[in-house]
Amino acid sequence: MELLLGTITGVIFGFLLQKGQVLRFEKQVGFLLLRDMTIIKFMFSAILVGVVGIHFLNDLGTIDLEIKDAVIGAQVIGGLIFGIGWAIAGYCPGTSVGAFGEGRLHALWAILGMIAGAALYAEAYPTMKKTVLTWGDLGKITIPDVVHLNQWIVILVLVVVILAMFNWFRANNI
Amino acid sequence: MANFLTKDRYNPYIAGALAGVLAILSVVVSTKLLSKPQYLGASTTFVRAAGMIEERFTKNPLDVNEYYLKTKVKVDWQMMFVVGIFAGALISAVAGGTYSNELIPPIWQQRFGSNPFARAAGAFLGGAIALFGARLAGGCPSGHGLSGMMQLSISGLIAMVCFLVGGILTARIIYKGGI
Repeated sequence: MELLLGTITGVIFGFLLQKGQVLRFEKQVGFLLLRDMTIIKFMFSAILVGVVGIHFLNDLGTIDLEIKDAVIGAQVIGGLIFGIGWAIAGYCPGTSVGAFGEGRLHALWAILGMIAGAALYAEAYPTMKKTVLTWGDLGKITIPDVVHLNQWIVILVLVVVILAMFNWFRANNI
Repeated sequence: MANFLTKDRYNPYIAGALAGVLAILSVVVSTKLLSKPQYLGASTTFVRAAGMIEERFTKNPLDVNEYYLKTKVKVDWQMMFVVGIFAGALISAVAGGTYSNELIPPIWQQRFGSNPFARAAGAFLGGAIALFGARLAGGCPSGHGLSGMMQLSISGLIAMVCFLVGGILTARIIYKGGI
């Protein structure tokens, strides 16, 4: 059942990424060069819908959150390293596989590189665990925890910011 | 309605909003059927794939590596999710008539020429750097970006900002020759 659910969810997600044109190298790098906001429109629309639905269902007790540990050193250094690789490859982990599916055969090299990068990280992990992964470990905290506001106020602000950003894209035709 | 399969593309706002609905449904359905919430994510699968390959081709048992031990190398929900992304993109591209074999993307070709081996090397190197960074950060744009942000996690917010900063600066340097 677990594997079937994963497959179905992945097929629908891959379908939507492809129809939204998010998988294309030109859209990924086009965003990083700030010429084309397609991938940001997709991603923040998903966040907009998701943040409301997830918190509503969490308030009802239907689902639990699964917050990842905030470790400032890890997310800052790892995030910046990720960004460097993303710009060179033109794909992130999810989109590389989808891009290969829509015929971008060169994405296969990115996929193989990602597997190699994962193996390299597995070797580096004992060192990272003693260093970067201890730098600024704040645990499973959320934005509402930090700003000491009700989560729905934070969500309202986020929604307004995202909609203002979309409006700015429209006004600037990007 | 019948042409939802054959349309060549959706408005990215619509496609993204539907992905948001999918992310919510995934958590609800997995909570009901698997008794654990499945938030979308992709990068751990590459660790499991690396572990499986090492197990197959080297004599080292996996349990000598702490990270593989911690990650639990097996076919799981997320690995099938990633395989599903491939299949879903293929179905969508073929049905919509947008499937196209490509060895070198045009932007890359303009900057680095038409040698497919150069693109292969760039894609491999970039992929390796990206995944190393994603695992160090604890997630990729799916796990930290989508799932983290929709839970309002601090880890997701910091990672997302750093993904964008690192990516934008690097893209300017390599495709435009300067910040």
